[in-house]
Amino acid sequence: MAAEVMLMNEIEATAAQMGIDMNIDFSSIQLPPGENCGIISDDDDVYHDDQLEFDSGFGNVIVVDNLPVVPREKFEKLEGVIRKIYSQIGVIKEDGLWMPVDPETKKTLGYCFIEYNTPQEAELAKEKTHGYKLDRAHIFAVNMFDDFDKYMKVPDEWAPPEIKPYTPGENLQKWLADEKARDQFVIRAGTDTEVLWNDARQSKTEPVYKRTYWTESFVQWSPMGTYLATVHRQGAAVWGGANTFNRLMRYAHPQVKLIDFSPGEKFLVTYSSHEPSNPRDANVRVVINVFDVRTGKMMRDFKGSADEFAVGGAGGVAGNSWPVFRWGGGKEDKYFAKLGKNMISVYETETFSLIDKKSLKVENVVDFSWSPTDPIIALFVPELGGGNQPARVSLVQMPGKEELRQKNLFSISDCKMYWQSNGDYLAVKADRYTKTKKSTYTGFELFRIKERDIPIEVLELDNKNDKIIAFAWEPKGHRFAVIHGDNPRPDVSFYSMRSTHNLGRVAKLTTLKGKQANALFWSPGGRFIVLAGLKGFNGQLEFFNVDELETMATAEHFMATDVEWDPTGRYVATSVTSVHEMENGFNIWSFNGKLLYRILKDHFFQFLWRPRPPSFLTPEKEEEIARNLKKYSKKYEAEDQDVSMLLSEQDREKRRMLKEEWEKWVSEWRRAQEEEKLERQKLRDGEASDEEEEYEAKEVEVEEVLDVSEEVLSFEE
Amino acid sequence: MRPILMKGHERPLTFLKYNRDGDLLFSCAKDHTPTVWFADNGERLGTYRGHNGAVWTCDVSRDSMRLITGSADQTVKLWNVQKGTQLYTFNFGSPARSVEFAIGDKLAVITTDPFMELTSAIHVKRIAGDSTEQTEESVLVIKGPQGRINRAVWGPLNRTIISAGEDAVIRIWDSETGKLLKESDKESGHKKTITSLTKAADGSHFLSGSLDKSAKLWDTRTLTLIKTYSTERPVNAVAMSPLLDHVVLGGGQDASAVTTTDHRAGKFEAKFYDKILQEEIGGVKGHFGPINALAFNPDGKRYGANKNSLLIYNLLMELDVVVCCVSNEPCRWKVEIYVLSCMFAATEFLFCSGLLIILTICVLQLNSFSSGGEDGYVRLHHFDPDYFNIKI
Repeated sequence: MAAEVMLMNEIEATAAQMGIDMNIDFSSIQLPPGENCGIISDDDDVYHDDQLEFDSGFGNVIVVDNLPVVPREKFEKLEGVIRKIYSQIGVIKEDGLWMPVDPETKKTLGYCFIEYNTPQEAELAKEKTHGYKLDRAHIFAVNMFDDFDKYMKVPDEWAPPEIKPYTPGENLQKWLADEKARDQFVIRAGTDTEVLWNDARQSKTEPVYKRTYWTESFVQWSPMGTYLATVHRQGAAVWGGANTFNRLMRYAHPQVKLIDFSPGEKFLVTYSSHEPSNPRDANVRVVINVFDVRTGKMMRDFKGSADEFAVGGAGGVAGNSWPVFRWGGGKEDKYFAKLGKNMISVYETETFSLIDKKSLKVENVVDFSWSPTDPIIALFVPELGGGNQPARVSLVQMPGKEELRQKNLFSISDCKMYWQSNGDYLAVKADRYTKTKKSTYTGFELFRIKERDIPIEVLELDNKNDKIIAFAWEPKGHRFAVIHGDNPRPDVSFYSMRSTHNLGRVAKLTTLKGKQANALFWSPGGRFIVLAGLKGFNGQLEFFNVDELETMATAEHFMATDVEWDPTGRYVATSVTSVHEMENGFNIWSFNGKLLYRILKDHFFQFLWRPRPPSFLTPEKEEEIARNLKKYSKKYEAEDQDVSMLLSEQDREKRRMLKEEWEKWVSEWRRAQEEEKLERQKLRDGEASDEEEEYEAKEVEVEEVLDVSEEVLSFEE
Repeated sequence: MRPILMKGHERPLTFLKYNRDGDLLFSCAKDHTPTVWFADNGERLGTYRGHNGAVWTCDVSRDSMRLITGSADQTVKLWNVQKGTQLYTFNFGSPARSVEFAIGDKLAVITTDPFMELTSAIHVKRIAGDSTEQTEESVLVIKGPQGRINRAVWGPLNRTIISAGEDAVIRIWDSETGKLLKESDKESGHKKTITSLTKAADGSHFLSGSLDKSAKLWDTRTLTLIKTYSTERPVNAVAMSPLLDHVVLGGGQDASAVTTTDHRAGKFEAKFYDKILQEEIGGVKGHFGPINALAFNPDGKRYGANKNSLLIYNLLMELDVVVCCVSNEPCRWKVEIYVLSCMFAATEFLFCSGLLIILTICVLQLNSFSSGGEDGYVRLHHFDPDYFNIKI
């Protein structure tokens, strides 16, 4: 500090000598607006962002009509009144209020323009003050400035709409008809987003489409793989097509942050939250829009403060769990629901309004989930009144809102619900307090949804005190896997909902002791599972066959952060995303744990397999195929063989070419070396020994007949 | 075989150099004393004291009599290899980054870093046969490339100088006039700082390693890009096997960025690539920090001779399975035959229908390579016989 003070003193002394006034009030220096003296501010990006938004239109300007017409003397008074009204709603920009005056009469014209900081404020102002009564004769008519253009363009006379000739759309499902039955995936690395084929036969990828800056935050496939959604500042967009990716539709939603498709991909839900521009206003505003994916039409919007959309009443953006609206009723996209305070609001998509015009009232409900296939809601209400009123889980049928089943649970601390993918079973993981209330232990309540009266079974682990690290149902199956116990080496157990003797009882299949795993990934076809040790376990992978109860392979993808099965259950992708600095990229494995290929990409963000729509085959047909798999697979095996022959042929050819090319270089070098030999000797004062000339590597092949013996072999017919 | 861990340096290694016979290994480190070791057992032979800064580089004359070292103390020193005495000191205004003797050892090329107001430069000095007649003056000074020049080496017949450095461009200069003759293509060339450059034994091609996570093989005369070896970490050091078509890349995460708890995350392995097919064939682990220096024992070259194969073959006729080994002590050849013992040899037999075909006979021993790391250790790796049987 002392040195600094000294320095300042010196400077002042020098300044005094030179007659410069050092007492400058820096805050009094104002640069002309827009002038930065060529110095780019650190905040420039921020400004730039804002600017972009404003430049896009006059979205933050409103026009207030039906104002009193006042002479010049009263102008300021009127302006004061208007300013008072409108500054309550938001921050009016400096010089953001403009009331035009007739140049001849000097009277106002009965309208004014107000410019807010943000379009959100402008919209709010329009909503709140449209129809505001200043007095009996003056009822405000408020419009967005942008809307004027729209209104002006409406022609005076009605013209019959032009009927456009029908143009058949592209086959958006064409990728499913790939000759080699390959699957696609999308990756995001750096600024590039790329869709690729997984050509596992050739152990490589084949590009489909690549675009730089395709999305501004992330990409997402629709649940049946038809569309790829991208997210931009102005809204979301979906892409698809027969052979490439074209933009099919845009959904305007400024500053959209999150998106969610309905399971049947009919609707798209978009979400944005906006910090209040007025610091006194603590509420973050949330906008949620529901679009029809195909037409792009906005079906319904929800606006409100973040609290209203916070799940479980936790409040704030952090407590907001996405998706806010959860879709139910299977692939028909009939219903969607939102958790509210003491209620669950269930909407149906025909009218986009609440079923029976009212929400489902459930006191203190904290969680709910839809059956993946049926319009059934499972909801959880925690314990109340210090245990006087037990916690309960109930199943409610929609749209009738009948309670199908209810189960009271005692001394519950927490509860989680897991649906089996066919909606056959529901597992409720219940954490209970021990008698002393000092610790908890975990049990499962297993609901058999499809059976009469929905029987419930209670399952406790062999060691009740084991912590549950992960739980997963076998897709379309009747088994589930649990990781339980303590780190670093927890156990993995497999259970079946059908024991061998009794179809109605849950039975343990096996327990694998001391596995380095903290996540479970079932194959979409069931039967196989990957036990993964992500994060703390450095990416340990175990490929396990649950039918045979044996480990097929163990492997490691060092630092792996994500594991995803392809939709057919043939391949597994493990990736290291940019949460780690090093090792970014992905590995593709076969279902039985053989590493097929490995691709490294810096700044790797996302790996997503393109989902496939459900099969049209009936279960009987599928079973028939499974039974006669040998017959069907023959053709593919032959193809596989051909490809591998071709590949090794190509490989050989390539290597031969490379070797030849190299030989050419080597002989060229040898020639040059020979030519320069004398000169080199001269440089070395005549010393000749160039070891490369003294010894020459020769490959010697010696072949000699050691022994020739003749034997008479008898042929048997 | 277990690598020999050579502890002697107190700071990160910067450079390794074998003499022509392959019996001595010279190492430079950020501590101030270059060290010489016996190349076969890793025993320390001596040190060269006198520098007052990190030593970045060295080279040894063909007759192993003289050593030249370049240091951050802004000097380049000539040493008597045997006695460890200083013969001469060249003074520069900035740290010396790379040195190399020309063919015939009468010239040396030295690069100096940009420092204060000085720009980087390539100096050519005449090296006098008698060090008492040594003078300070430069024969040629080349300036031009932006940033540090990490390596400058002689081209064929000392006619050209090849330089590479921070600006990621490889340049070929006329060593007489200092004129720029060729520049590597921006498109196909390196994208980031070139950290290392090493020539093939006959100087016909050279390998460059860069922070852009790749190494590239170039033709020395035409500067044609021949091969590219991509890896997953920045490359600090490169080496070419004199014997097999293998290249070795060393490097790893930047030392200052090493924060992960697991040493695997840093990628401190030396990676072996097939020189022709550009495919990775293996790795040698061991270092706890990035690898800064790599060198192959040039001696291995001599064992490539297959002139003994006939002799061996005759012996094979008499013995059922014979594994042979030709061992070498400097200056002397000795053929040893081990019956039914696999020690260092690698032979491959194929018996088929009464015919004995000897596919390849590689007779090797003591071929080795060494690596020096940020961790301050030199690791001397003798190859196991299996190494010579790598098939891909």
